[in-house]
Formats: sequence, structure tokens, C-alpha cells
Amino acid sequence: MRTGGWVFAVLIVFGFVWRIGAERNVRTERISGSAGDVLEDDPVGRLKVYVYELPSKYNKKLLQKDPRCLTHMFAAEIFMHRFLLSSPVRTLKPEEADWFYTPIYITCDLTPTGLPLPFKSPRMMRSAIQLISSNWPYWNRTEGADHFFVVPHDFGACFHYQEEKAIDRGILPLLQRATLVQTFGQRNHVCLNEGSITIPPYAPPQKMQTHLIPQDTPRSIFVYFRGLFYDVNNDPEGGYYARGARAAVWENFKDNPLFDISTDHPTTYYEDMQRAIFCLCPLGWAPWSPRLVEAVVFGCIPVIIADDIVLPFADAIPWEEIGVFVAEEDVPDLDTILTSIPPDVVLRKQRLLANPSMKWAMMFPQPAQPGDAFHQILNGLARKLPHDKHIYLKPGERILNWTAGPVGDLKPW
Amino acid sequence: MKLSALQQSYLNRRSNSFRSSGALDSSSDSSIKSTSAIFWLVLHGLCCLISLFLGFRFSRLVFLFLFSTSATTNLYTSPFRTASELAQTLTVHSTPIRDLEFPPGNITSMAGGSSGSSRVVVGRHGIRIRPWPHPNPVEVMRAHQIIERVQKEQRLQFGLKNPRTVIVITPTYVRTFQALHLTGVMHSLMLVPYDLVWIVIEAGGATNETASLFAKSGLRTIHIGFRQRMPNSWEGRHHLEARMRLHALRIVREKKLDGIVMFADDSNMHSMELFDEIQNVRWVGALSVGILAHSSDADETSASVIEKNEDEENPESLPVQGPACNSSNHLAGWHTFNSLPYLGKSATYIGDRGIVLPRKLEWAGFVLNSQLLWKDAEDKPEWVKDLDALTHNDEDIESPLFLLKDFSVVEPLGSCGRQILLWWLRVEARADSKFPPGWIIDPPLEITVPSKRTPWPDAPPELPSTEKVVTGVQEQIVKHSSKTRTPRSKRTRSKRKRDTKIVDTRLPVRNSEQN
Repeated sequence: MRTGGWVFAVLIVFGFVWRIGAERNVRTERISGSAGDVLEDDPVGRLKVYVYELPSKYNKKLLQKDPRCLTHMFAAEIFMHRFLLSSPVRTLKPEEADWFYTPIYITCDLTPTGLPLPFKSPRMMRSAIQLISSNWPYWNRTEGADHFFVVPHDFGACFHYQEEKAIDRGILPLLQRATLVQTFGQRNHVCLNEGSITIPPYAPPQKMQTHLIPQDTPRSIFVYFRGLFYDVNNDPEGGYYARGARAAVWENFKDNPLFDISTDHPTTYYEDMQRAIFCLCPLGWAPWSPRLVEAVVFGCIPVIIADDIVLPFADAIPWEEIGVFVAEEDVPDLDTILTSIPPDVVLRKQRLLANPSMKWAMMFPQPAQPGDAFHQILNGLARKLPHDKHIYLKPGERILNWTAGPVGDLKPW
Repeated sequence: MKLSALQQSYLNRRSNSFRSSGALDSSSDSSIKSTSAIFWLVLHGLCCLISLFLGFRFSRLVFLFLFSTSATTNLYTSPFRTASELAQTLTVHSTPIRDLEFPPGNITSMAGGSSGSSRVVVGRHGIRIRPWPHPNPVEVMRAHQIIERVQKEQRLQFGLKNPRTVIVITPTYVRTFQALHLTGVMHSLMLVPYDLVWIVIEAGGATNETASLFAKSGLRTIHIGFRQRMPNSWEGRHHLEARMRLHALRIVREKKLDGIVMFADDSNMHSMELFDEIQNVRWVGALSVGILAHSSDADETSASVIEKNEDEENPESLPVQGPACNSSNHLAGWHTFNSLPYLGKSATYIGDRGIVLPRKLEWAGFVLNSQLLWKDAEDKPEWVKDLDALTHNDEDIESPLFLLKDFSVVEPLGSCGRQILLWWLRVEARADSKFPPGWIIDPPLEITVPSKRTPWPDAPPELPSTEKVVTGVQEQIVKHSSKTRTPRSKRTRSKRKRDTKIVDTRLPVRNSEQN
């Protein structure tokens, strides 16, 4: 009895010492989303992906023509291809594959200023699907239900940068059954299918790593934002761009010393973010932006002002606990909302952000690291397995309408 | 072609309901087909030309007068639908100040698509501005509390793991400028984020006046009186201060205070980074001290003295005392104060007209681990002498280096002396200058005199020195002494309405008490 008491006491002491020792390090908290603690899952062994061999006019030639595709925020499609080519989940035997990937760089048609033109994308996609459906039997087997495509453009597979036109077009009819891996996410929107996987936009990881500042630099900026409030080229009067939310932020808080907001392009942008407590991530022409990625990497709590937005890996990451969501109609009360957050909640959010698995999940590093965005995409695909038997069509059955869509899309590419 | 594409895209951006199938295609190389589109295009072009001519968008007014049903000047607005059928090409937009409501159209069902009803609408929205878009002070305070909490957490996580107590030793005595200097040091110490013990040694015995100065600081203070009076000469003052500091070190030893001992003279200026930097010391550290050799004479400042020696030294450089390092960042020597340029101009007596010079190495530039002073500390290094052993022999100790047998163990702090974290300054009024005790004027002043000329009833007292500098100009002396009086006479002006009486004669008596 006495020895048992001694052992118990020793264990208690040990537990205290271990806890104190653990507190010495940076305090982080485990991330568990609605899918569980899945950020650290390893997809290897849980799924097999077959990569189609497409002629280089769909991928390599586009990249050769314009290497800027590797650095803009839609570069995820290119890096995903490269990752899959050398990943252990890749299989060379399509019969045993669970998922099929089509390496098509759909947003690599850039204007001189670097913005992607989506006008030819539907035709390019159509021609790629015609190719794979005629050369391999796997498309026709399920009409694409076990295929996935990376479409990182503004409104995903709606292939337009203007929201109204994108809504009109809707998702390309041929992609209706496929799983879309896209950056755009908004609830009850045409351009977001059920079962799509939202990913973060591409932000260059090396550039962010080189701008890290010492962790003990005190965070002295309360709210930080750099970017446009009025898009004078396309929407000079305001009210259209960002649904008026960014303009409202400017008009309400330009005099507020707690808000460090302006349209400057400082060279210390990344360093400033690391000195801020809250970073605004309002919508622009599309609801997503790389600011979310930057805020997460630099430990600044993201303040998301975009109604009904679906954030990256929403089933794995509990964004409600990490960021602050502000409805667009509540923007004039943004300072009240932010200052009324209890300090403990702020500290908890910072602990969640400090979790390295959270930071890795937002990045596309070269070479791939465990837990990074590539692996989260694979995890998401693995969570959708096993495929439902209904996706397999009976021979001769056709669901997709190959002639649907605007007439211009039917022209060959 | 480009123009029509531009106009067409403009059309398409604004028109939601005008969706004849396939007519207004998104593809840029299709041409305009339907006649109604052409009609609207022509109308739009016409309106553009008229606006160009008039210089503003008159269409806004037209639609305001024709079509608005309830024009409100409400600052808050709900997102209104852009597509009422009549406002195809020329939608009324919201200015940041006013806003107009339109009868909501039936468009969301078409725009939102078939996948459920979305409350997010595409199109033009109002810019919401609240009536008083300025910060609320209560919220600002809360924000600062959040910032402070976050920074405290950051310090806990990434800052120093075991911050040591800072033991500050300040010699002082009651004089005119004491309140000024001591309050400055006190405020600096109140900002230090570490535990602090402030040992205040007062020459002439512990007085209530000094105690009242730091009573409200909230710091842990040890107020000690030193029986000797502070002499009037700078030389004597330096000696006495050294002895007072030694006395304080003995107190540290007696009480076995654990921490880092630093010497904060009451007229010095300390930066906050200093206190962070001294936490890095292991046994003995040395810092760079910026020397502000200042003359109380307004005509001749140290700058002009240095200018005369332009050939010899760099005139713009501030003299700095501290450790000198070689290229491998090890202690190689010392920068000391060169008093040669100031020969003959230096002040001898407190309140003198000359330039007040520091010693070769000031005490303020050194920090010690308090364990060096203890009688029996476990890991006291062998190069440290015992405090008791010396102090009986010679009381003429210039700097804390007396404790060391070997000077090379001193650690240079502040990136090897390159950062100046504190400044040495000696500004004092004349020893016989008068100031109200406790800086409280009691009883209230009753003479009201204009501040320009202050006929002072007392004759300026005899100076104790025989320095030729001082006995020169009588006027300058009067001016000098009147300098200390102007704050009072300014006060008398404001109390003009009160009854007047002769100024109390307690002051001269008090003055003689001081010296």
C-alpha cells in the first residue's frame, strides 16, 4: 500500500515535470476538424492515383511558352502534377487505380500582365476529355466520377473571371461528375459542386520562409491589411468590387489608428504581417485570396469577410476556431467585433495557428513535405473512398450531354 | 472592335435579367446579335456622350427622378438588386454618403442558380458606412489590452526564460533638480518588465522629501540614508557617490539579494532595451555610455568647445565610454572619456558655468551579478575579490572594476559596445538655488509681479568659490538665478486676483539648511 502510494506520487511529479517541460516550447494546440485529426494523416497506402499521359500541348508546351505560370497564384495545378509523378501513391497500372488524374494546365494562358484568360479553357478541357475517353476506357466506365481535375481559377470550373458570366456558364457539363480540386468555394453557388475539394491558392513557400522575423518581436499592429479598396480600372464607382465590403472597410476605418490599412505595396509586407494580431482577408472579385495562406503562415489571425465562403480543407480544418468570420453587412462594426473578442480566445487562436501542421497544410512546398497541401488533397480524395457502386455505369449508359454548353465551347481546340 | 467588346462587356456586367439565350455570349469573338441589345447600346452611347459633355453622370439624376419610389438618405442599406428592367445599362450607383433603394427585382432566382437560394447576390451593393466612423475610446482601450496580453504571452514563450531581478542602485540628495531627475529614473524603472529592487541612497540622511518622490511608484524600494552631506564640488560629489554605492553593495550582500546589480544615477537616461540587454550578463558586464558633457552656461555648449578642436577629433561624434572590442568580438580595451579638450573649462562646483565632466569610466556603465558580492556563493569565480576585504583599505574607488583581479573577464554587452543604451548627463542648479520644499507652494504666493522683471528682495548670496569664471559678470549671475525663479513668477501671474503679501521668508532660511 505504501509503495503504491510512493509510485503514485512519483508519477504525479513526473507528470508535472513533463508538463512544465512541454510548456517550455511554443504553445500549440491540436487541430481537429469535422473529419477528425486528419491533418497529419498519411495518404500513402490509402489510395492509388493513375496519371494520364497527355500530349505536351496540354501541359509542358504551355509552361514553356510562359514560365510565369509557375509563380502566379494558380500554380497549384502544375505543382500537383509534378508531385503526383513522383509520389508513392502513383500507380502505373490503371486497373488498380482509385482515382485518375488528368495533367492539364488549364490556367496557363496568360495576358501580358499575367492574368489568366479563361476563354479557351472550356475547349481545352473538352478536347482533353475527348482524348482520354477515346484512348482509355476508364472515363466511359464512370463518366468521370472517379477522375479528379485541378481547376484553380477564379470561379473554378465555370471558367470565367466575371461572376455573373461564370454563374451563367455553370460548371462545364463534362465535369459535372468528376471531383474538382479548386480554390473557389462559396456555399450555394453554381460553381461549387458537392464533393469538391477546396484548396488554398498557391503562395511561394521559399519567399515566405525568407521573410520570417524573430518570434519574440512583439505584435504591435492590431489590424493589418494591404490591398485595393476600390478597383478603379474595372469598377471606379465602387460597390461592385468585393460587393462593397472593401470600400466599406476603407471608409469606416481609414482614420482608426488601430487599423493599419492602405493600398501601399511595401517591401516589408510579410514582416508587417508577423507584427500584426489580426489580418483582414476580405473578398475581392472572387471570395478567396492568398492572404489567408499568408496570414496562417505568419501567425496572424485571419479576419474573413466573405459571406458563405468555403475555406480550404474545410472538413479537416476548423476555421471557425482559427479565424474570425465577419458578415459583410457587419463591416461597419468591425472594430467593435474585434475588440470584444476576449484575450483568451485570441491566444487560443494564435496557438492553433502556431501548430506547424496548420502551416504546412496551407503550403505547396518543393519538394513535398508530409502534411502539406498536396497530402491534404490526397487525404481528401482518400476520405471519399471507397467509390459508391452507382458511379459505375452500365455499358451503353450515358449521362453526360456532350453537346451541352455555349456553342463556342464545342469548337475543337 | 475593341470598343464594342468593351461596351459589350460593360453591358454584360450590368444586365442580369437580359439573358436571351446565346445572344450575349461570354465569348469575346461573337458579335452582338439582338436588336434590343443594339438599342440599349445606342442609348448607352448617347448617354455617355451627354455625360461627357456635361461632365457628370446625369443619368443618375434622371433615374432618381423618374424611377425611385422611396429615395432615402439612410446611411445603411441592404444590397439592392441591380436589375430592375429599366436600369439595364445605366444603373444608379451609391455614393459613399447617400444611398438609394430600388424595388427589388426578381433576379436572384436566376442569378443564384438552381442550387438552393443564396443570400449572396452578385451585382452592385451599397457601401455601408456608419454615422460616426471614428474610433470609440473604450474599444481602443480594449484593443490595447488585447495587444498587451498577446505581447505578454509572446514574452513568456519566446523571450527570456528566467528573467533575473534587477537591483538598481541610485545615489541621490535633496536639491533643486532632484525631483526632475529622480522622477525620470522612477518612470523608466516602472516600465521595466522584470522584478525590480530599487536601492536609493540619500546623502544627508533619509528625508521624507525624497521618499515622497517615489512613494507612488509601486516599486520595491530600499531607502537608505548616508550620514555625510553632499559636498558642493564635483570632485567631492563623485567621491561621495562612490562611497554611497559601496554602501549599497554592502546592503546587497547583507540581504543576499539575488539578481543583476546596475547603477542608475538619478540624472542618467536609460532606454528600455538596456534592461533587456543586462539580463544577458553572466558575472560582470560593461556597456557603452553616451556622454552628454553639458555646460549650464547657455552661451558656451559642449558643441562649441568641440568645434574648436576640429582638427583633432571628429566634431560630430558623441563621446562614448565603454568596452572596446577587437574584430573577434572579444574585449580588447576600453573607451574612456578624454577630458583634455575641456581643460580649464570644466565645472568645479555644482551649478557651475563650466562643462560637467564624467570620470574616466562611469559606474553606470557596469552591471554585476549580485552573487559576486555575497560572502559565500557556490560558484563564485576565483577572479573576484571579496567586498569586505577591500573597503576597509581604500575608499577611493573609481569603478566597479575594483572587484576584479583580472579585467579580461568583463563581458561587453550591447553587441560588443556598439549599442548605446544609456546616456550620462549632469545638469544641476546652483547649490543655493531656491525651490519650494516638496514643490508645493505653501502658503500660496501673494506677490504678483510681471514675469519680465523680478525684483528680488534678497541680494544674490556670496559664492563660496573664488573661481574667476564665476565672479566675472554680475548680471549673468542675476540672470542665472532668475532662471530658477521664472517658474514661480509665472505662477504668480495666474494668481493675480488673490491678496498679496510679502513672500514668506522661510525660503532663505531653508536654503541655508540645504548647504
